Amino acid sequence: MKAPKLFFYILLAGASLSFLYPFYWMLLATLTPEAQIGALGFLPAGLTMDNYQLLADKIPIGRALLNSFIVAALSTTGVLVFGAMTGYVLAKMRFAGRNLLFFIIIFTMSMPFQLTLIPNYILMVELRWTDTLAALVIPALNSAFAILLFRQAFQSIPDDLIHAARVDGCSELRIIFQILLPNVIPAVITAGIITFMNSWNDVLWPLIVIRNEQLMTMPQLVALFAVGGRSEAQLGVKLAAAVLLALPIIVAYAVFQRHFIQSMASSGLKG
Amino acid sequence: MKIQVNKGGKKGRGLAPYIILSPYLLHLLLFVLFPIVFSVVLAFHKWNIISPMEYVGLDNIQRLFQDRLFWKSVLNTLKFLIVHIPLQIVIALALAYFLNEKILMRGFFRATFFLPVVISGVVVTMVWQQLYGLETGLLNRALIALHLPRVEWLSNPYMAMISIAVMATWKNVGLYVILFLTGLQTVPRSYYEAAEVEGASAWQQFRYITLPAINPTLFMVAVLSTIGGFSLFIEPYIMTDGGPLNSTLSAMLYIYKQAFGYYQMGYSATLGLFFALLIMSVVAVQKLVIEKES
Repeated sequence: MKAPKLFFYILLAGASLSFLYPFYWMLLATLTPEAQIGALGFLPAGLTMDNYQLLADKIPIGRALLNSFIVAALSTTGVLVFGAMTGYVLAKMRFAGRNLLFFIIIFTMSMPFQLTLIPNYILMVELRWTDTLAALVIPALNSAFAILLFRQAFQSIPDDLIHAARVDGCSELRIIFQILLPNVIPAVITAGIITFMNSWNDVLWPLIVIRNEQLMTMPQLVALFAVGGRSEAQLGVKLAAAVLLALPIIVAYAVFQRHFIQSMASSGLKG
Repeated sequence: MKIQVNKGGKKGRGLAPYIILSPYLLHLLLFVLFPIVFSVVLAFHKWNIISPMEYVGLDNIQRLFQDRLFWKSVLNTLKFLIVHIPLQIVIALALAYFLNEKILMRGFFRATFFLPVVISGVVVTMVWQQLYGLETGLLNRALIALHLPRVEWLSNPYMAMISIAVMATWKNVGLYVILFLTGLQTVPRSYYEAAEVEGASAWQQFRYITLPAINPTLFMVAVLSTIGGFSLFIEPYIMTDGGPLNSTLSAMLYIYKQAFGYYQMGYSATLGLFFALLIMSVVAVQKLVIEKES
């Protein structure tokens, strides 16, 4: 092996370790009795599940996991269904205002969210949606990114296919969901992964619209637990909450790693 | 099998397009267009949501320009960006460059670099809060083991924002490694071989072959990390609550506190509007600079 190459391997391995070790340490700390956490290195020091038990006694963590799953699943479904519908119209139909609509969608994608944050909060108050899951789901049902992704995917499908389906008497919705969607699975996966992950990790919006602990999602509950006094400065319990927040995404990432990376890279390329 | 002349596909179909678009249009109207208009209305009013709105003319805008804490929070955010963006570009480019060599386990390295990107900022911040701990934090323990003085990562007002910028780099760098790698892979290896034969130095190869290939990626990295940096919120919220001495009070955290700590809806909407315009101008300038360069 050439010397520079060995050098590359050492650097890459060092970098890998720096990305993995903090998470490994976090997991280890949650399984360690509080008194020993300060001296943790690479190996476990006494194994305990007490931190998780204590956590479940202190905050409704199971409920928060369920809330997060409900919110992420509903948002993702909405983004996929409405994204496919809107993307289809933009790609395959001609109508007055098409260029204007396309321009607006591009604008909403590059628009900083700070512009609409406060007015949207007020809207939630006026609609009496604060402290309901509707406030987390309904504003998240559409995504400009998903629309543009589906538009692009549908553009590459020949018009003949659609025309033949219309001749056979298919409705437009059947054309979208039964005929076209199976042909653009990569777009479905990309939009699905990005939306689910963003929803799962979003914390600012839930902090604004949810005050009732029973309706909080994971990131919000865990963040408030981390800054508040409820954990009574017990590090192991705090980190146990963080582990439960990270775990579902880590499992999904372990299974769909390649898709995650490709999806995020393509969303970066378009954003 | 192309029997029919292709006309029907794009022909107008009466109301059908609008009906299919209606869920999106309704959503757009309610959650995007109305809030934009409403934020402009709010900018001229004083309102705590409970009592009636009160027209105050340009008071909010005047207050914004005199609000020292807001300008401090903008400067803090800029300080974050000045550390974060160059660090992000250099580390991402270096890691991408190594990964682009013929090496074993490339997939494994890529996957580990990317891991923090998919994990919640809440988790990352909680872990790094421990790494940065003054007494028992891993980093200070390592420094002491090397007989170096410990660093006040989060308790020193000059250091705290830099520490947060380093953590944010660690969290996001994996994404930019992938983006740079994609750029690097567009350059055929034969270019480098030819340059080698011609006697081009490593720097010349980088300057004239690599850099032009990754130029669009550089722009994207700058824009994405600018937008991300301007949204900096949960990291200082959890780690420092904006302290010490407001040194990590990001603009987003300040707006959050104005709106939901003091319920100043008119003023915080003004801040949001102004801040959004600031972000859009910075991104526009970046775009101009990069386009001029290339």
